[in-house]
Amino acid sequence: MEKRAIFSNRFLPLALIAPQILITLVFFYWPAIQAVWQSFLIEDAFGLSTEFVWFENYQLLFTKAHYFRTFTTTMLFSFLVAFLSLTISLLLAVQADKSIKGAGVYRTLLIWPYAVAPAVAGVLWIFMLNPSLGMIAKAMRSAGIDWNPLLNGGDAMTLVVIASVWKQISYNFLFFLAGLQAIPKSVIEAAAIDGAGSARRFWTIIFPLLSPTTFFLVVVNIVYAFFDTLGVIDSMTQGGPAKATETLVYRVFADGRLGSDLGGSAAQSVILMFIVVGLTAIQFKYIERKVEY
Amino acid sequence: MNKRSFLTAMLAAISLTALSAELRAAPVEIQWWHAMTGANNDVIVKLAEDFNAAQADYKVVPTYKGSYADTMNAGIAAFRAGQAPHILQVFEVGTATMMGAKGAIMPVYQLMADAGEKFDVKDYVGGIAGYYSTADGKLISMPFNSSTAIMWYNKDAFKKAGLDPEKPPRTWPETFDYAKKLKAAGWDKCGFSTAWYSWLNVEQLSAWHNVSLSTKANGLDGFDTEAKFNGPLHVRHLQNLIDLQKDKTFDYSGRTNTGEGRFTSGECPIFMTSSAFYGNVKANAKFEFGTGEMPYYPDVEGAPQNSIIGGASLWVLGGKTAPEYKGVAKFFTFLSDTDRQAGLHQVSGYLPITNAAYKKTKDSGFYEKNPGRETPLLQLTKKPPTANSRGLRLGSMVQIRDIVGEEAEAALVGQKTAQAAMDAAVERTNVLLRQFERALAK
Repeated sequence: MEKRAIFSNRFLPLALIAPQILITLVFFYWPAIQAVWQSFLIEDAFGLSTEFVWFENYQLLFTKAHYFRTFTTTMLFSFLVAFLSLTISLLLAVQADKSIKGAGVYRTLLIWPYAVAPAVAGVLWIFMLNPSLGMIAKAMRSAGIDWNPLLNGGDAMTLVVIASVWKQISYNFLFFLAGLQAIPKSVIEAAAIDGAGSARRFWTIIFPLLSPTTFFLVVVNIVYAFFDTLGVIDSMTQGGPAKATETLVYRVFADGRLGSDLGGSAAQSVILMFIVVGLTAIQFKYIERKVEY
Repeated sequence: MNKRSFLTAMLAAISLTALSAELRAAPVEIQWWHAMTGANNDVIVKLAEDFNAAQADYKVVPTYKGSYADTMNAGIAAFRAGQAPHILQVFEVGTATMMGAKGAIMPVYQLMADAGEKFDVKDYVGGIAGYYSTADGKLISMPFNSSTAIMWYNKDAFKKAGLDPEKPPRTWPETFDYAKKLKAAGWDKCGFSTAWYSWLNVEQLSAWHNVSLSTKANGLDGFDTEAKFNGPLHVRHLQNLIDLQKDKTFDYSGRTNTGEGRFTSGECPIFMTSSAFYGNVKANAKFEFGTGEMPYYPDVEGAPQNSIIGGASLWVLGGKTAPEYKGVAKFFTFLSDTDRQAGLHQVSGYLPITNAAYKKTKDSGFYEKNPGRETPLLQLTKKPPTANSRGLRLGSMVQIRDIVGEEAEAALVGQKTAQAAMDAAVERTNVLLRQFERALAK
């Protein structure tokens, strides 16, 4: 099918895309260029003395051994968050798509957490899982589990992953549910008549037909795990213990906002930007091929 | 010009004249950005209201800007945009950053001299003013809310463990011994703990034992300071904590003060944290509590020396007009008033900033009626401060505290030895110190 629209006027199409381009320029290119410029400078907090140093901020980063550890932590954290939030929300959406009693209430309740700010989500989970105050933590301790996210890196990682996943499930759920409802019932019914069980129907019909939604959500979730989890980490672990939950974006925040090291922080955000651009490009190049629109 | 538009123009001119007359009569506004919440916010609002009511020339307008870090960042961003407030409350760890910004700040000693206000730095408590002064004793920022680190203990727990509730442990070996006894008496999750890991177990530890934290008088005499906190005392203290963490005689409570609830809830019977914790303990502890001085290692010569302060001070930012600075100077004189300072100290748990306010409180018999409230002051003034105990002034201090916390966390779970952890902390700190110095150099 021909999807192209033909405009008789040369300026109309330009005028129509102008707002979009303007927004992208102001909210993406402008700050991105500023970040790149800042990453070449060494500057005091007040901006009273500025020195242009080319790539020195970058060099300094890569001489720090723990910066590489922050990379691997980010990869592990992002994988866990994206994978868990996608699988759990898909499972919930498949269940909600069935005709069950009170489906409306169930759906509404699942969407609620999306309205919660990341820092608030962090604080909520701290209340439940704080070793001294939390209800769940107390129950775990009395069951003999030595739950201590203040010193145990694994426990701390579990903590931030749970809060970040919980926060994202609603969003994924919403898209999955919409995707599921768009799949024609007749196809599924035909398969059922042919004798395909529910698992088979899911893997051979529903899952492939859902792939555009899944692909979109994979991209969005990875971006979420890379950037938006900053509030959760800051309110729960501050990257600790011993850097066990320190992700790239948290490092950017800590160096720039808490440490007033604008050059170093900008260099890190430029690196982070390239990573995410690269990851997204790979996803579009290799995974999108398997998507059936 | 027709009649109507002429009339409009006339009216506009009249109202403009009236407006500018009103502007002339209006008091000079002084913006004060701060980070105080709850009861402390009420104190700030009350101070501003009282000052505004006491005179008509100036009007202090306090604005809450979020956490300490948020407030400082807001102030810096506003300065860069040419919209700085007159007074900015900055936490003690931001001191080096502020002091390094020569053109961005107005030193308090100069402000007071220019405005012709009566001011003598000797009127201020030495241990507090020294922290915010240059190497030659000139006060740069005005101390506001100051506290120091002390020991809080649960008297009820002491009684149950057969310990004398009126005698808190004096030394670290005694503290470990007490904690073991408390642990045996049922406090098995946490014998003792500390908030602010780096402040208590590295910074205060150094000053209290008269041991250098970093060269150049802990940075007070110059930004070319080098961290030294991997000496025998620091390593020994961390090693003790590592050993005691194993059976929870000591239990780590994090890098900031979020673990303070472990004392008020009764979980940790001995807890080292800020003296400003007072209000919280008084409101929330359902047991009898007492305070003691920080413990020391008796075999270290000169210990105990004196403790150092924490809290925040008020910085005056640069680029304002003379009348505005005069107003700020008048406000600082107002703040330093003896009765006002004595009153603030007695209600808030923060330390009095002037000697006269301390003396007045003492003479009034306040400390006899409120035992334990003098502990922080006794500690702070224990001996005349040395180069190791006047204070500390390291750039990037927020990150340095994180580094110390990170390395200690790694050591406490056995990933590193005490020596390796402190060595790594010092090495990483020195990288930050050189970066900070470099950024100021140009």
